[in-house]
Amino acid sequence: METTIALAGNPNSGKTTLFNLLTGAHQHVGNYPGVTVEKKQGMCVFKDQKFHIVDLPGTYSLSPYSLEETVARDFLVIEKPSMIINIIDASNLERNLFLTLQFLEMGFPMCIALNMMDVAKGRGILVDTQKLSTFLNVPVIPMVARSGAGKELLMQSAAKLSEKLSNTKPLKISYGADIDQALSKMQEMIERNGFLTDDLPSRWLALKYLEGDDQVKKLGRRHNPDLSAVLEEISHDLSNHLERSMDTTAEAIIGEYRYGFIRSLIAQGVVQTDSARKPFYFSDRLDRVLTHRIFGPVFLAAALLGLYHFTFTFSQAPVEWLEKAFEYIRQVADAGLSEGPLKSLLISGIIDGAGGVFSFVPLIMLMFLGIAILEDSGYLARVAFMLDRIFRFFGLHGNSVVAYIISGGIAGGCAVPGIMATRTLKSPKERLATMLTLPFMNCGAKLPVFAVLIAAFFANYKTTVMVLVTIAAWLVALFAARLFRSTILPGEAAPFVMELPPYHLPTPKGLIIHMWERTWQYLKKAGPVILAISVILWAMMSYPQLPAATQQAFEMQKQQTISGFAPDIIHELSMGGETGNFSAAALNLQEQLNLIDSREAGEALKHSVAGKIGTAFEKLSVYAGFDWRVNIALVGGVAAKEVIISTMGTAYSLGNADMEEDGRLSTRLRSAQGFDSLTAISLIVFIMFYSPCFISVVCICRESGSWKWGAFSMIFNTAAAFILAVTVYQLGLFF
Amino acid sequence: MNRICMRQMSKGQAGQVARVTASGELGRRIRDMGLVPGATIQIQGHAPLRDPVAIKIMDFTLTLRNNEADFIFVEVT
Repeated sequence: METTIALAGNPNSGKTTLFNLLTGAHQHVGNYPGVTVEKKQGMCVFKDQKFHIVDLPGTYSLSPYSLEETVARDFLVIEKPSMIINIIDASNLERNLFLTLQFLEMGFPMCIALNMMDVAKGRGILVDTQKLSTFLNVPVIPMVARSGAGKELLMQSAAKLSEKLSNTKPLKISYGADIDQALSKMQEMIERNGFLTDDLPSRWLALKYLEGDDQVKKLGRRHNPDLSAVLEEISHDLSNHLERSMDTTAEAIIGEYRYGFIRSLIAQGVVQTDSARKPFYFSDRLDRVLTHRIFGPVFLAAALLGLYHFTFTFSQAPVEWLEKAFEYIRQVADAGLSEGPLKSLLISGIIDGAGGVFSFVPLIMLMFLGIAILEDSGYLARVAFMLDRIFRFFGLHGNSVVAYIISGGIAGGCAVPGIMATRTLKSPKERLATMLTLPFMNCGAKLPVFAVLIAAFFANYKTTVMVLVTIAAWLVALFAARLFRSTILPGEAAPFVMELPPYHLPTPKGLIIHMWERTWQYLKKAGPVILAISVILWAMMSYPQLPAATQQAFEMQKQQTISGFAPDIIHELSMGGETGNFSAAALNLQEQLNLIDSREAGEALKHSVAGKIGTAFEKLSVYAGFDWRVNIALVGGVAAKEVIISTMGTAYSLGNADMEEDGRLSTRLRSAQGFDSLTAISLIVFIMFYSPCFISVVCICRESGSWKWGAFSMIFNTAAAFILAVTVYQLGLFF
Repeated sequence: MNRICMRQMSKGQAGQVARVTASGELGRRIRDMGLVPGATIQIQGHAPLRDPVAIKIMDFTLTLRNNEADFIFVEVT
């Protein structure tokens, strides 16, 4: 039989590192049932014995403060793992033991992995593992998870423990006369009635009633409503008594006594403090500069700008390679296939669609690498700390900033991992407000659209425009959040009672895992979904075809044009070859033929389903300066923003092969009728703010638990974007 | 010894938590993080906009907003 081990511990205690160390590549990630909390599981084989390891979410306590804590507690109560490996940060023993005590009170067989022994030693904290083990009556294994030291011993100890898995005697802590008295009274009743005692220790159950744990009370009511009512009444009476006599609550006293118990352990010699111990560490000295009133914000601005430059400088070359690679595939397909719908589907649908997504993977990967460095080093927690005051003004939380940056707050991210990152927000209202506003950030898919428009109309002001676009995104997102929080999502702010983890050097392995997780979330959409979307868009832009009569009329026109030229010129043109070698007359003929071709392609596009949709929207979009061709691209962009460029490319190239080779989209736009710099500005504004892409909408639905929020974001954002774009365009017409 | 509200403490000032009046979720969170009567704390610094505040408690750094610090009373020397 395989043994299930729950791996539990505080955030920042090295739990993920230990999990990776134990399970290696044998892990898979899912969600806990019904909630958006990640559940990582893995396999560890030690001396022919199989251990199934479940990574519980990192928590400071098992009191149901956050979703993570509820999930961790429910897993222990309902799934009943065989044993717990509790990882503890030795350099932060007191606080970490708070969670340990709660596991021990539940009576789980347990091993303590005393991690970061090296850090503790460096700080002059010497933990007496023997004493700790004796006091708590569980094995304690010193280790350094980062280097892997202590892994053997830990697994040995776990294997030994798994041989005799009878429930150990739960730890009994005294909570003072009042509470102890109530506890023993309740315990006696619980045991006499066999109330949930098959699974849980009686004292723990009584404690949970006193603490007012709703989940446990619910469980109890289902099991034995009468007894549950009696227990609730005892708790209620005690609360009243404590309130009157000491102006406190049972819950508060329980917490205080737990910490008291820990302090007495420490005082009994579990921790020996080195004489060289300093109260302030390197990390604190760094904080004096990095969160300083003046240097703090200056460094923050520098770090974000640095990240921007890092991403865009180093991604330029790989993005170009990929673009070239896709161009090459396109050419091969172009040369190798015969004309027809299949070829058109393959080239305009599949290759262009996939190319649009994959070409920007290097940019997004580098951005996520940069963010992983900021995050893993501990700096991002400081960013949240410094910006919380501002974010709170807009009804958000300091931690919202992380989700914003991942979504493209510094230009070039992706809203999908951004939406996932909102999971760190405890208040559902704050989380929703963040989730609904982060699609306003400039994700990696919007950037190429801006790049083309900037190259066409503001080539000399590239940096200025990008800075303006970034600032505008933040302003609109923040004010929209404020609007949501004061109308549809009102409610209290979640506390900012948080740990600032010590700075540390990120490990390459950790960075790569982190970067890859987010990139993968972006890439997944490039799979079947975007392919399907590209194909649908291609079909919408190709069908229905022009009626045969119209096609014939164009053919007739061509024949007529050709017949007006001398036979040797027609022959010269049909021989093909370099355009540069043609005579003036041949060039003239070619130009006239091209003109007819493009008129035909234009007619065909307009005749297609997409063209009809675009034309239908024109009545409205004309106020923002968009014609039917732009509309087609924008409709496609709802599927995925990457599609905008390729769709505009098709709509403006008007099917002319030669023009496509020498005419870049930016050049074509500049010469296009009815497209000027004002249209470009209006279009940038609209693209920035309109409906999130389809994948983001699906993600919002899933993470918010309701399709309504997905629909809301599509409608609200599009309406807001339209109003902004029309305002900009109409104002611009006056100048 | 003199009991003051945590918000009134200045940078670098140390003291012992005497009383926490927060209840409900905030109270639970504050307690879980070790801010219970008897805990020794020191103000480490404020964010650039003077809020939130970072404090040293046990062996780690904890942040909380000024309006959350209002619930915590500290004995200072």
